[in-house]
Amino acid sequence: MVVAVAAAAASSTWLTCALLPRQGWLHGIQEPTPGLQWTNKKRCCTRKAGLTITAKLELKPPPYPLNALEPHMSQETLEYHWGKHHRGYVDNLNKQIIGTELDEMPLEDIIITTYNKGDILPPFNNAAQIWNHDFFWESMKPGGGGKPFGELLQLIERDFGSFEKFVEEFRSAASTQFGSGWAWLAYKANRLDVGNAENPRPSDEDKKLVVVKSPNAVNPLVWDYSPLLTIDVWEHAYYLDFQIRRPDYISIFMEKLVSWEAVSSRLEIAKAQATEREEEEKRKQGEKEVGNSDNEAVKMYVDSKSDDSEAE
Amino acid sequence: MQLHHQKHHQTYITNYNKALEQLDQALAKADSSSIVQLQSAIKFNGGGHINHSIFWKNLAPIREGGGEPSKASLGWAIDTQFGSLKALIQRVNAEGAALQGSGWVWLALDKELKKLSVQTTANQDPLVTKGSALVPLFGIDVWEHAYYLQYKNVKADYLKNIWKVINWKYASEVYEKENL
Repeated sequence: MVVAVAAAAASSTWLTCALLPRQGWLHGIQEPTPGLQWTNKKRCCTRKAGLTITAKLELKPPPYPLNALEPHMSQETLEYHWGKHHRGYVDNLNKQIIGTELDEMPLEDIIITTYNKGDILPPFNNAAQIWNHDFFWESMKPGGGGKPFGELLQLIERDFGSFEKFVEEFRSAASTQFGSGWAWLAYKANRLDVGNAENPRPSDEDKKLVVVKSPNAVNPLVWDYSPLLTIDVWEHAYYLDFQIRRPDYISIFMEKLVSWEAVSSRLEIAKAQATEREEEEKRKQGEKEVGNSDNEAVKMYVDSKSDDSEAE
Repeated sequence: MQLHHQKHHQTYITNYNKALEQLDQALAKADSSSIVQLQSAIKFNGGGHINHSIFWKNLAPIREGGGEPSKASLGWAIDTQFGSLKALIQRVNAEGAALQGSGWVWLALDKELKKLSVQTTANQDPLVTKGSALVPLFGIDVWEHAYYLQYKNVKADYLKNIWKVINWKYASEVYEKENL
Protein backbone atom coordinates (compact mmCIF):
# COMPACT_ATOMS: atom_id res chain seq x y z
CA MET A 1 0.00 0.00 0.00
CA VAL A 2 1.43 3.33 -0.98
CA VAL A 3 1.33 5.34 2.23
CA ALA A 4 1.66 8.89 0.98
CA VAL A 5 -0.94 8.43 -1.72
CA ALA A 6 -3.33 6.64 0.60
CA ALA A 7 -3.34 9.72 2.77
CA ALA A 8 -3.89 11.93 -0.25
CA ALA A 9 -6.62 9.69 -1.62
CA ALA A 10 -8.46 9.69 1.67
CA SER A 11 -8.44 13.44 1.84
CA SER A 12 -9.03 14.53 -1.71
CA THR A 13 -11.52 14.06 -4.47
CA TRP A 14 -8.92 14.77 -7.11
CA LEU A 15 -6.47 11.90 -6.77
CA THR A 16 -8.13 8.64 -7.64
CA CYS A 17 -5.04 6.93 -9.00
CA ALA A 18 -3.42 4.73 -6.37
CA LEU A 19 -0.17 4.14 -8.15
CA LEU A 20 3.04 6.09 -7.79
CA PRO A 21 6.58 5.20 -8.81
CA ARG A 22 9.17 4.42 -6.18
CA GLN A 23 11.85 6.91 -6.88
CA GLY A 24 12.28 10.62 -6.41
CA TRP A 25 10.42 12.71 -3.89
CA LEU A 26 8.46 9.92 -2.31
CA HIS A 27 11.39 7.59 -1.85
CA GLY A 28 11.60 6.54 1.74
CA ILE A 29 8.09 7.71 2.54
CA GLN A 30 6.09 5.03 0.84
CA GLU A 31 6.29 1.26 0.86
CA PRO A 32 7.46 -0.01 -2.50
CA THR A 33 4.77 -1.97 -4.25
CA PRO A 34 6.33 -5.25 -5.33
CA GLY A 35 6.19 -5.92 -9.01
CA LEU A 36 4.92 -2.46 -9.84
CA GLN A 37 7.38 -0.60 -12.00
CA TRP A 38 6.88 2.51 -14.04
CA THR A 39 8.25 2.12 -17.52
CA ASN A 40 7.21 5.54 -18.68
CA LYS A 41 6.05 8.77 -17.16
CA LYS A 42 2.53 8.73 -18.53
CA ARG A 43 0.09 8.91 -15.71
CA CYS A 44 -3.10 6.95 -15.52
CA CYS A 45 -4.84 9.23 -13.05
CA THR A 46 -8.42 10.10 -13.60
CA ARG A 47 -9.75 13.28 -12.23
CA LYS A 48 -13.07 14.95 -11.62
CA ALA A 49 -14.25 18.45 -12.44
CA GLY A 50 -12.51 18.54 -15.82
CA LEU A 51 -8.97 19.36 -14.69
CA THR A 52 -6.43 18.74 -17.39
CA ILE A 53 -3.01 17.23 -17.21
CA THR A 54 -0.17 19.50 -18.36
CA ALA A 55 3.42 18.46 -18.65
CA LYS A 56 4.67 21.89 -17.61
CA LEU A 57 2.95 24.32 -15.26
CA GLU A 58 2.20 27.72 -16.72
CA LEU A 59 1.70 31.08 -15.08
CA LYS A 60 -1.99 31.98 -15.26
CA PRO A 61 -2.73 35.69 -15.66
CA PRO A 62 -5.16 37.42 -13.30
CA PRO A 63 -8.70 37.69 -14.71
CA TYR A 64 -8.20 41.42 -15.32
CA PRO A 65 -5.44 43.69 -16.68
CA LEU A 66 -2.60 44.55 -14.31
CA ASN A 67 -3.81 48.13 -13.90
CA ALA A 68 -7.45 47.20 -13.34
CA LEU A 69 -7.27 47.30 -9.54
CA GLU A 70 -5.91 50.85 -9.42
CA PRO A 71 -5.90 52.92 -7.26
CA HIS A 72 -6.48 50.30 -4.55
CA MET A 73 -3.74 47.96 -5.69
CA SER A 74 -1.24 49.58 -8.01
CA GLN A 75 -0.18 48.32 -11.41
CA GLU A 76 3.38 48.33 -10.13
CA THR A 77 2.38 45.93 -7.36
CA LEU A 78 0.69 43.61 -9.85
CA GLU A 79 3.70 43.77 -12.15
CA TYR A 80 6.02 42.64 -9.39
CA HIS A 81 3.68 40.45 -7.42
CA TRP A 82 2.30 38.55 -10.40
CA GLY A 83 5.05 39.17 -12.93
CA LYS A 84 8.01 38.37 -10.66
CA HIS A 85 6.96 36.60 -7.47
CA HIS A 86 4.16 34.43 -8.86
CA ARG A 87 6.10 33.76 -12.04
CA GLY A 88 9.14 32.82 -9.96
CA TYR A 89 7.17 30.17 -8.08
CA VAL A 90 6.03 28.64 -11.38
CA ASP A 91 9.51 28.63 -12.92
CA ASN A 92 11.08 27.22 -9.77
CA LEU A 93 8.52 24.48 -9.32
CA ASN A 94 8.92 23.37 -12.93
CA LYS A 95 12.67 23.11 -12.33
CA GLN A 96 12.11 21.11 -9.16
CA ILE A 97 9.64 18.56 -10.51
CA ILE A 98 10.86 17.93 -14.04
CA GLY A 99 11.61 14.27 -14.51
CA THR A 100 10.06 13.29 -11.19
CA GLU A 101 6.74 11.67 -10.47
CA LEU A 102 5.38 15.06 -9.41
CA ASP A 103 5.70 16.20 -13.00
CA GLU A 104 2.32 16.03 -14.75
CA MET A 105 0.47 15.63 -11.44
CA PRO A 106 -2.29 18.19 -10.96
CA LEU A 107 -1.12 21.10 -8.84
CA GLU A 108 -3.41 20.29 -5.92
CA ASP A 109 -2.01 16.75 -5.79
CA ILE A 110 1.54 18.09 -5.74
CA ILE A 111 0.57 20.33 -2.83
CA ILE A 112 -0.98 17.56 -0.72
CA THR A 113 1.82 15.12 -1.52
CA THR A 114 4.65 17.50 -0.75
CA TYR A 115 2.95 18.85 2.37
CA ASN A 116 3.64 15.35 3.53
CA LYS A 117 1.47 15.63 6.65
CA GLY A 118 3.47 18.61 7.89
CA ASP A 119 6.93 17.20 7.22
CA ILE A 120 7.20 19.55 4.28
CA LEU A 121 9.18 18.61 1.16
CA PRO A 122 11.01 21.27 -0.88
CA PRO A 123 8.55 21.63 -3.79
CA PHE A 124 5.69 22.41 -1.39
CA ASN A 125 6.52 26.08 -0.99
CA ASN A 126 6.55 26.73 -4.71
CA ALA A 127 3.54 24.55 -5.49
CA ALA A 128 1.35 25.96 -2.75
CA GLN A 129 2.36 29.53 -3.53
CA ILE A 130 1.36 29.06 -7.17
CA TRP A 131 -2.05 27.86 -6.09
CA ASN A 132 -2.38 30.54 -3.41
CA HIS A 133 -1.65 33.33 -5.85
CA ASP A 134 -4.00 32.01 -8.54
CA PHE A 135 -6.65 31.91 -5.85
CA PHE A 136 -5.76 35.38 -4.61
CA TRP A 137 -6.05 37.10 -8.00
CA GLU A 138 -9.41 35.42 -8.53
CA SER A 139 -10.56 36.57 -5.09
CA MET A 140 -10.44 40.16 -6.30
CA LYS A 141 -12.04 42.13 -9.09
CA PRO A 142 -12.13 45.72 -10.33
CA GLY A 143 -14.98 47.48 -8.55
CA GLY A 144 -15.02 44.81 -5.86
CA GLY A 145 -15.92 45.09 -2.21
CA GLY A 146 -19.38 45.72 -0.86
CA LYS A 147 -21.31 42.90 0.72
CA PRO A 148 -21.89 39.26 -0.18
CA PHE A 149 -25.39 38.11 -1.13
CA GLY A 150 -27.68 35.10 -1.19
CA GLU A 151 -26.69 31.87 0.46
CA LEU A 152 -23.15 33.06 1.18
CA LEU A 153 -24.46 35.99 3.19
CA GLN A 154 -26.87 33.69 5.02
CA LEU A 155 -24.09 31.31 6.00
CA ILE A 156 -21.84 34.20 7.07
CA GLU A 157 -24.59 35.55 9.28
CA ARG A 158 -25.28 32.08 10.65
CA ASP A 159 -21.66 31.22 11.42
CA PHE A 160 -20.27 34.61 12.47
CA GLY A 161 -23.35 36.37 13.81
CA SER A 162 -23.22 39.15 11.26
CA PHE A 163 -21.27 40.27 8.21
CA GLU A 164 -19.55 42.92 10.33
CA LYS A 165 -18.40 40.31 12.83
CA PHE A 166 -17.02 38.19 10.01
CA VAL A 167 -15.09 41.18 8.64
CA GLU A 168 -13.68 41.85 12.10
CA GLU A 169 -12.51 38.26 12.47
CA PHE A 170 -11.04 38.17 8.99
CA ARG A 171 -9.20 41.46 9.53
CA SER A 172 -7.90 40.23 12.85
CA ALA A 173 -6.58 37.02 11.34
CA ALA A 174 -4.94 38.95 8.51
CA SER A 175 -3.30 41.47 10.87
CA THR A 176 -2.09 38.96 13.40
CA GLN A 177 -0.56 36.46 10.99
CA PHE A 178 2.98 37.21 12.08
CA GLY A 179 5.64 37.14 9.41
CA SER A 180 4.55 35.89 6.02
CA GLY A 181 1.29 34.12 5.32
CA TRP A 182 -2.36 34.28 4.39
CA ALA A 183 -5.77 34.75 5.93
CA TRP A 184 -8.71 32.71 4.67
CA LEU A 185 -12.44 32.30 4.71
CA ALA A 186 -12.98 28.58 4.29
CA TYR A 187 -15.78 26.03 4.29
CA LYS A 188 -15.14 23.24 6.72
CA ALA A 189 -17.18 20.20 5.92
CA ASN A 190 -15.44 17.08 7.14
CA ARG A 191 -14.56 15.49 10.42
CA LEU A 192 -10.84 15.95 10.39
CA ASP A 193 -8.92 12.73 10.10
CA VAL A 194 -6.05 13.62 7.86
CA GLY A 195 -3.30 12.99 10.39
CA ASN A 196 -1.72 16.37 9.73
CA ALA A 197 0.84 17.89 12.01
CA GLU A 198 -1.35 20.87 12.65
CA ASN A 199 -5.05 21.37 12.28
CA PRO A 200 -6.31 24.78 13.34
CA ARG A 201 -9.95 23.92 13.91
CA PRO A 202 -10.35 20.33 15.11
CA SER A 203 -13.82 20.85 16.52
CA ASP A 204 -16.76 18.59 15.97
CA GLU A 205 -18.74 21.25 14.15
CA ASP A 206 -19.30 20.43 10.58
CA LYS A 207 -20.37 22.20 7.44
CA LYS A 208 -19.54 25.68 8.58
CA LEU A 209 -17.62 28.73 7.53
CA VAL A 210 -14.40 29.47 9.38
CA VAL A 211 -11.70 32.12 9.29
CA VAL A 212 -8.20 30.70 9.50
CA LYS A 213 -4.70 32.04 8.99
CA SER A 214 -1.68 30.21 7.71
CA PRO A 215 2.08 30.84 7.65
CA ASN A 216 4.25 31.15 4.56
CA ALA A 217 2.86 28.87 1.84
CA VAL A 218 0.48 26.76 3.88
CA ASN A 219 -3.15 26.80 2.72
CA PRO A 220 -6.40 25.20 3.93
CA LEU A 221 -6.21 22.42 1.32
CA VAL A 222 -3.74 20.65 3.59
CA TRP A 223 -6.32 20.64 6.38
CA ASP A 224 -8.98 19.34 4.02
CA TYR A 225 -10.95 22.60 4.14
CA SER A 226 -12.39 24.29 1.06
CA PRO A 227 -10.89 27.77 0.68
CA LEU A 228 -13.39 30.44 -0.34
CA LEU A 229 -11.46 33.71 -0.03
CA THR A 230 -7.91 34.72 0.72
CA ILE A 231 -5.76 37.74 1.33
CA ASP A 232 -1.98 37.60 0.85
CA VAL A 233 -0.22 39.13 3.86
CA TRP A 234 3.34 38.51 2.77
CA GLU A 235 4.99 41.93 2.83
CA HIS A 236 5.55 41.84 -0.93
CA ALA A 237 1.77 41.95 -1.37
CA TYR A 238 1.38 45.40 0.14
CA TYR A 239 4.76 46.97 0.69
CA LEU A 240 4.90 49.13 -2.44
CA ASP A 241 1.42 50.54 -1.83
CA PHE A 242 1.16 50.56 1.94
CA GLN A 243 4.62 49.92 3.40
CA ILE A 244 4.20 48.93 7.03
CA ARG A 245 0.48 49.78 7.09
CA ARG A 246 -0.92 46.28 6.75
CA PRO A 247 -4.23 47.18 8.44
CA ASP A 248 -4.89 49.82 5.76
CA TYR A 249 -4.17 47.28 3.04
CA ILE A 250 -6.60 44.85 4.63
CA SER A 251 -9.31 47.54 4.81
CA ILE A 252 -8.92 48.47 1.17
CA PHE A 253 -9.00 44.80 0.23
CA MET A 254 -12.30 44.29 2.05
CA GLU A 255 -13.89 47.54 0.94
CA LYS A 256 -12.76 47.80 -2.66
CA LEU A 257 -11.34 44.55 -3.99
CA VAL A 258 -13.09 41.39 -2.78
CA SER A 259 -15.05 39.55 -5.47
CA TRP A 260 -18.04 38.14 -3.62
CA GLU A 261 -19.17 36.46 -6.83
CA ALA A 262 -16.01 34.37 -6.83
CA VAL A 263 -16.52 33.52 -3.16
CA SER A 264 -20.14 32.52 -3.79
CA SER A 265 -19.34 30.20 -6.66
CA ARG A 266 -16.54 28.60 -4.66
CA LEU A 267 -19.01 28.00 -1.83
CA GLU A 268 -21.41 26.25 -4.22
CA ILE A 269 -18.63 23.97 -5.42
CA ALA A 270 -17.47 23.30 -1.87
CA LYS A 271 -20.95 22.33 -0.72
CA ALA A 272 -21.45 20.07 -3.73
CA GLN A 273 -18.15 18.35 -3.06
CA ALA A 274 -19.04 17.92 0.60
CA THR A 275 -22.36 16.31 -0.30
CA GLU A 276 -20.66 14.04 -2.81
CA ARG A 277 -18.15 12.90 -0.24
CA GLU A 278 -20.87 12.29 2.33
CA GLU A 279 -22.68 10.05 -0.12
CA GLU A 280 -19.45 8.28 -0.99
CA GLU A 281 -18.83 7.66 2.72
CA LYS A 282 -22.34 6.24 3.15
CA ARG A 283 -21.87 3.98 0.18
CA LYS A 284 -18.54 2.70 1.52
CA GLN A 285 -20.10 2.18 4.93
CA GLY A 286 -22.84 0.15 3.31
CA GLU A 287 -20.31 -1.99 1.45
CA LYS A 288 -18.35 -2.60 4.63
CA GLU A 289 -21.44 -3.87 6.38
CA VAL A 290 -22.18 -6.28 3.56
CA GLY A 291 -18.55 -7.42 3.75
CA ASN A 292 -18.86 -8.07 7.49
CA SER A 293 -21.87 -10.30 7.11
CA ASP A 294 -19.94 -12.30 4.49
CA ASN A 295 -17.16 -12.83 7.03
CA GLU A 296 -19.69 -14.13 9.50
CA ALA A 297 -20.70 -16.82 7.02
CA VAL A 298 -17.08 -17.93 6.58
CA LYS A 299 -16.55 -18.13 10.34
CA MET A 300 -19.50 -20.44 10.74
CA TYR A 301 -18.11 -22.76 8.09
CA VAL A 302 -14.76 -23.00 9.83
CA ASP A 303 -16.41 -23.70 13.18
CA SER A 304 -18.45 -26.57 11.82
CA LYS A 305 -15.27 -28.00 10.32
CA SER A 306 -13.50 -28.05 13.69
CA ASP A 307 -16.56 -29.72 15.17
CA ASP A 308 -16.07 -32.50 12.68
CA SER A 309 -12.41 -32.98 13.66
CA GLU A 310 -13.37 -33.11 17.30
CA ALA A 311 -15.95 -35.71 16.57
CA GLU A 312 -13.20 -37.86 15.09
CA MET B 1 16.42 52.64 6.52
CA GLN B 2 14.06 55.29 7.84
CA LEU B 3 11.00 53.14 7.48
CA HIS B 4 12.79 50.10 8.83
CA HIS B 5 14.06 51.82 11.95
CA GLN B 6 11.39 54.37 12.70
CA LYS B 7 8.35 52.32 11.80
CA HIS B 8 9.09 48.61 11.94
CA HIS B 9 11.56 48.58 14.82
CA GLN B 10 9.52 51.19 16.69
CA THR B 11 6.39 49.09 16.28
CA TYR B 12 8.14 46.05 17.74
CA ILE B 13 9.23 48.12 20.74
CA THR B 14 5.77 49.61 21.24
CA ASN B 15 4.09 46.21 21.08
CA TYR B 16 6.79 44.60 23.20
CA ASN B 17 6.24 47.19 25.93
CA LYS B 18 2.50 46.63 25.73
CA ALA B 19 2.95 42.89 26.04
CA LEU B 20 5.31 43.30 29.00
CA GLU B 21 2.77 45.54 30.76
CA GLN B 22 0.09 42.96 30.20
CA LEU B 23 2.47 40.27 31.43
CA ASP B 24 3.11 42.23 34.63
CA GLN B 25 -0.60 42.42 35.27
CA ALA B 26 -1.10 38.77 34.53
CA LEU B 27 1.79 37.78 36.83
CA ALA B 28 0.40 39.92 39.62
CA LYS B 29 -2.91 38.11 39.31
CA ALA B 30 -1.25 34.72 38.74
CA ASP B 31 -3.37 34.51 35.61
CA SER B 32 -1.65 31.53 34.01
CA SER B 33 -3.84 31.51 30.97
CA SER B 34 -2.93 35.09 30.08
CA ILE B 35 0.72 34.56 30.97
CA VAL B 36 0.94 31.72 28.48
CA GLN B 37 -1.14 33.49 25.87
CA LEU B 38 1.17 36.51 25.92
CA GLN B 39 4.23 34.43 25.09
CA SER B 40 3.82 34.66 21.34
CA ALA B 41 3.42 38.45 21.40
CA ILE B 42 6.53 38.68 23.59
CA LYS B 43 8.48 36.41 21.27
CA PHE B 44 7.41 38.25 18.11
CA ASN B 45 7.87 41.76 19.35
CA GLY B 46 10.67 41.18 21.86
CA GLY B 47 12.50 39.13 19.28
CA GLY B 48 11.93 41.90 16.75
CA HIS B 49 13.45 44.41 19.13
CA ILE B 50 16.43 42.23 19.99
CA ASN B 51 17.18 41.37 16.39
CA HIS B 52 16.89 44.88 15.03
CA SER B 53 18.97 46.32 17.86
CA ILE B 54 21.75 43.96 16.83
CA PHE B 55 21.19 44.69 13.14
CA TRP B 56 21.84 48.42 13.37
CA LYS B 57 25.17 47.68 15.07
CA ASN B 58 25.98 45.19 12.33
CA LEU B 59 25.94 47.92 9.69
CA ALA B 60 28.29 50.83 9.15
CA PRO B 61 28.66 53.46 6.45
CA ILE B 62 31.47 52.73 4.01
CA ARG B 63 33.27 55.88 5.10
CA GLU B 64 33.33 54.50 8.63
CA GLY B 65 34.77 51.13 7.66
CA GLY B 66 31.62 49.34 6.59
CA GLY B 67 32.46 46.41 4.37
CA GLU B 68 36.09 46.25 5.45
CA PRO B 69 36.78 42.67 6.44
CA SER B 70 38.22 41.77 9.80
CA LYS B 71 42.00 41.42 9.97
CA ALA B 72 41.89 40.23 13.55
CA SER B 73 41.17 36.81 15.00
CA LEU B 74 37.69 36.70 13.49
CA GLY B 75 39.16 36.91 9.99
CA TRP B 76 41.46 34.05 10.80
CA ALA B 77 38.63 31.98 12.24
CA ILE B 78 36.54 32.54 9.11
CA ASP B 79 39.40 31.43 6.86
CA THR B 80 40.00 28.36 8.98
CA GLN B 81 36.40 27.28 9.31
CA PHE B 82 34.94 28.32 5.96
CA GLY B 83 38.02 28.35 3.74
CA SER B 84 37.79 32.02 2.88
CA LEU B 85 35.67 35.10 3.40
CA LYS B 86 34.26 34.59 -0.10
CA ALA B 87 33.14 31.10 0.88
CA LEU B 88 31.44 32.45 3.99
CA ILE B 89 29.64 35.11 1.96
CA GLN B 90 28.48 32.50 -0.53
CA ARG B 91 27.16 30.37 2.31
CA VAL B 92 25.35 33.20 4.06
CA ASN B 93 23.80 34.37 0.81
CA ALA B 94 22.69 30.85 -0.12
CA GLU B 95 21.01 30.41 3.26
CA GLY B 96 19.41 33.84 3.02
CA ALA B 97 18.13 33.17 -0.48
CA ALA B 98 16.72 29.78 0.47
CA LEU B 99 14.88 31.05 3.52
CA GLN B 100 11.15 30.79 2.87
CA GLY B 101 8.95 33.53 4.24
CA SER B 102 10.38 35.90 6.82
CA GLY B 103 13.49 35.50 8.95
CA TRP B 104 17.14 36.23 9.56
CA VAL B 105 20.46 34.75 8.57
CA TRP B 106 23.28 34.92 11.13
CA LEU B 107 26.98 34.45 11.51
CA ALA B 108 27.05 32.84 14.92
CA LEU B 109 29.71 31.95 17.44
CA ASP B 110 29.05 28.89 19.54
CA LYS B 111 30.62 29.91 22.85
CA GLU B 112 30.88 26.34 24.12
CA LEU B 113 32.19 24.66 21.02
CA LYS B 114 34.25 27.72 20.09
CA LYS B 115 33.05 27.42 16.53
CA LEU B 116 31.53 29.72 13.96
CA SER B 117 28.42 28.72 12.10
CA VAL B 118 25.84 30.12 9.72
CA GLN B 119 22.32 29.91 11.14
CA THR B 120 18.87 31.00 10.08
CA THR B 121 15.90 31.84 12.27
CA ALA B 122 12.29 32.21 11.22
CA ASN B 123 10.23 35.34 11.72
CA GLN B 124 11.68 37.28 14.69
CA ASP B 125 13.06 34.30 16.56
CA PRO B 126 16.32 35.44 18.18
CA LEU B 127 19.48 33.43 17.49
CA VAL B 128 19.42 31.81 20.92
CA THR B 129 16.35 29.84 19.87
CA LYS B 130 18.74 27.83 17.69
CA GLY B 131 21.10 27.11 20.60
CA SER B 132 21.62 28.72 23.98
CA ALA B 133 25.38 28.97 23.45
CA LEU B 134 25.03 30.86 20.18
CA VAL B 135 26.13 34.50 20.06
CA PRO B 136 25.26 36.62 17.03
CA LEU B 137 28.30 38.21 15.37
CA PHE B 138 26.02 39.70 12.77
CA GLY B 139 22.57 39.10 11.36
CA ILE B 140 21.03 39.99 8.04
CA ASP B 141 17.33 40.77 8.04
CA VAL B 142 15.68 38.93 5.14
CA TRP B 143 12.12 39.99 5.86
CA GLU B 144 10.81 41.59 2.68
CA HIS B 145 10.46 44.94 4.43
CA ALA B 146 14.25 45.01 4.78
CA TYR B 147 14.84 45.27 1.05
CA TYR B 148 11.61 45.58 -0.90
CA LEU B 149 11.52 49.29 -1.63
CA GLN B 150 15.02 49.21 -3.01
CA TYR B 151 15.38 45.75 -4.49
CA LYS B 152 11.77 44.59 -4.91
CA ASN B 153 11.71 40.81 -5.39
CA VAL B 154 15.44 40.50 -6.12
CA LYS B 155 16.56 39.33 -2.70
CA ALA B 156 19.82 38.09 -4.22
CA ASP B 157 20.90 41.64 -5.11
CA TYR B 158 20.18 42.83 -1.57
CA LEU B 159 22.31 39.98 -0.22
CA LYS B 160 25.08 40.76 -2.69
CA ASN B 161 25.21 44.43 -1.75
CA ILE B 162 24.76 44.31 1.98
CA TRP B 163 28.34 43.10 2.43
CA LYS B 164 29.47 46.59 1.43
CA VAL B 165 28.11 47.92 4.72
CA ILE B 166 28.65 45.05 7.13
CA ASN B 167 30.38 46.30 10.26
CA TRP B 168 33.20 43.79 10.65
CA LYS B 169 34.81 45.83 13.40
CA TYR B 170 31.81 45.30 15.63
CA ALA B 171 31.61 41.62 14.75
CA SER B 172 35.29 41.22 15.63
CA GLU B 173 34.81 42.93 18.97
CA VAL B 174 31.95 40.62 19.88
CA TYR B 175 33.96 37.61 18.71
CA GLU B 176 36.98 38.52 20.80
CA LYS B 177 34.89 39.22 23.85
CA GLU B 178 32.92 35.98 23.67
CA ASN B 179 35.54 33.60 22.35
CA LEU B 180 37.48 33.30 25.58
